[in-house]
Amino acid sequence: MRLRPPRNAVDQRAVTWWRTRLLMTTAVPVAVLAVLGALIGPARSWLLLAAGAVAVLGLGCTAFLPAWWFRVHRWEVTDEAVYVRTGALWQEWRIAPMSRIQTVDTVRGPLEQTFRLATVTVTTASSKGAIRIEGLDHELAAELAERLTLITRATPGDAT
Amino acid sequence: MSEGEWRRLDPRTLLAGAAVLCGVAGGAALPAVAGLSGGRPLWQAVAWVLAGAALLVLGGTAADWVRLRRTRYRVGTERVDLHTGLLLLKRRSLARERIRSVDLTANPLQRFLGLVKVRIGTGEHTGGESTLELELVTRTEGERLRRELLTRPTDRQEPDHDGVLAVLDPRWIRYAPVSFLAPALGGAAAGAVLQVSEWFGAQAEVIDWIGDRFRDTSLTWAITDLVLLATAAGAVGALGLWIEMWWNYRLEREPGGTLRVRRGLFTARSVTLEERRLRGIELVEPLGVRLFGAARVDAVATGLAQDDDDKHADLKNLLPAAPRERAERVAALVLREPQPPTGTPLAAHPRAARARRLRRALWSVLGPAAVLAVLGALLTPVLLYVAAGCALVLGPVAVLLALDAYRSLGHGVSGGYLVARSGSVRRTTVALQRSGVIGWTVKQSYFQRRAGILTVTATTAAGEGAYDVLDAGESQGLAFAAEAVPGLLAPFLETPDLETPDPGTPALETPDLGTPFVETPEARPTER
Repeated sequence: MRLRPPRNAVDQRAVTWWRTRLLMTTAVPVAVLAVLGALIGPARSWLLLAAGAVAVLGLGCTAFLPAWWFRVHRWEVTDEAVYVRTGALWQEWRIAPMSRIQTVDTVRGPLEQTFRLATVTVTTASSKGAIRIEGLDHELAAELAERLTLITRATPGDAT
Repeated sequence: MSEGEWRRLDPRTLLAGAAVLCGVAGGAALPAVAGLSGGRPLWQAVAWVLAGAALLVLGGTAADWVRLRRTRYRVGTERVDLHTGLLLLKRRSLARERIRSVDLTANPLQRFLGLVKVRIGTGEHTGGESTLELELVTRTEGERLRRELLTRPTDRQEPDHDGVLAVLDPRWIRYAPVSFLAPALGGAAAGAVLQVSEWFGAQAEVIDWIGDRFRDTSLTWAITDLVLLATAAGAVGALGLWIEMWWNYRLEREPGGTLRVRRGLFTARSVTLEERRLRGIELVEPLGVRLFGAARVDAVATGLAQDDDDKHADLKNLLPAAPRERAERVAALVLREPQPPTGTPLAAHPRAARARRLRRALWSVLGPAAVLAVLGALLTPVLLYVAAGCALVLGPVAVLLALDAYRSLGHGVSGGYLVARSGSVRRTTVALQRSGVIGWTVKQSYFQRRAGILTVTATTAAGEGAYDVLDAGESQGLAFAAEAVPGLLAPFLETPDLETPDPGTPALETPDLGTPFVETPEARPTER
């Protein structure tokens, strides 16, 4: 017996978004290390070596991780529950029943806006039970949030 | 509809506050005088310190007086209001129907003055904003508030369950010295001796004096003796603390469906917990206590542990460390169950979980030892001996703990509760109401995937928010989750027809299989 994958994949553009995000998070420390290496003579070789290591690691992640994430990250909303799978090396399946959902939020960061993507966050009464669906098309996300809110309102339950 | 009258805090609060400030000033005065008298004559130093102390006490009392004048509260039919603040006016109002707890505490001074501190809580997660604190009112007023705010008309009549659930058995004190508190207190005592002696500039003399005591003995014996001494001091401290914390302990069920814990020798505490908020209990067995066959009982209730402050950590404690059978009986009484859910036989986890624990234990010992060994080879051979010693002494300990941790693992369903047990140094058995589960999280790392195990986490509004079933077999864990909360997980389960699951890629979508109750080969009962 095992958990089946949720039905829907995230938006294809999410791969580019993840790739850009990873590139940016790699570029910042590499740039800092490189500048420091250029300025500080005695430690130059060590700093440049560290910059190179971070760059190789970051580029490796950028090349492989987003595609992997795209294969793993899936979501599904039924009339009874929200079901999400995330992760890569550490995979995580999260399920929250409609009757226990407290809030539904849609968040769009600046980078997400450029790619016309959005993240839907579903919270329950548990401090550790929040579910995030990343990388959805922003219109789909808005629609989904609205639908979730409607279903949640129609489902009886005190959410605790 | 009467709105109730505005009331004020008790004026004796000022006395209590002033006395505390006097104590603080007195405590700080000694080191301050010692520090100031270095450069100037003694009388001058004393005068400075006295002036400072007077300023502190008078200023503090004045501030307290203003606070007292500006604070008033009112218990209406619908709401409880509290107005405070001089510049920043705070008007807080709680709906009475949302009030879940009224806790009274009084330290010795406050008890002497007949005062109590009252905390009125709603049991919600919004941090401090959901709690009203009244500092301080008279004891009779506190009791009146508690009764008035928590008594509501109930349609349920269960008189046979009311009354005392547990009272203190003085023999339980034998579990106090084996708790983790004892070594901590011992260390603190040793630290305090050195710190105080440093204030008086006498640290070197103290160390010399200790050195003199042990002149004739070898270093090893000296260290052993000192450690024993500190342990003995810690044990005595733990005994004292236990008496202070648990004297007059009494767990009662009150009409209207509330549990009440009363305890404390000097500081009297009264914690009230509405049963509606209770989602289960947790049986906690720290290693030392467990070796003596004892356990303590904590409540798993909504809106208790969300406060991160340590001072509220003991609010959920329902029973001190007591013989395990007794603890389970109290747990059953608290949950209104004929049999304790924690006593049910639990399913063991696959061997892979044991291998995982052993591997982790070996890594945690051999890793640092290897680093030490490499450093030793490069720098000084002394480190090589240290590395060998670490590996030889800590290795077996880690392996024993790992095996014990594996034996502790277990899960099961008992009536209306799901039960999960884990941990070695601090073994916990949680019994969580199945209706209190508000979601599932299933986690699987790369290594877990290869070993065919996974971690199932039940999320809940109560207690820590999530309770893990660590390293259960794949089918075993999922079947357990599906059985514990029928209908929630079942639509997302499938029985693979392929022999090799490939979790990285989405498999073909198969129709839902609503068959959660599947016998798994791993599920076998264990001895407790």
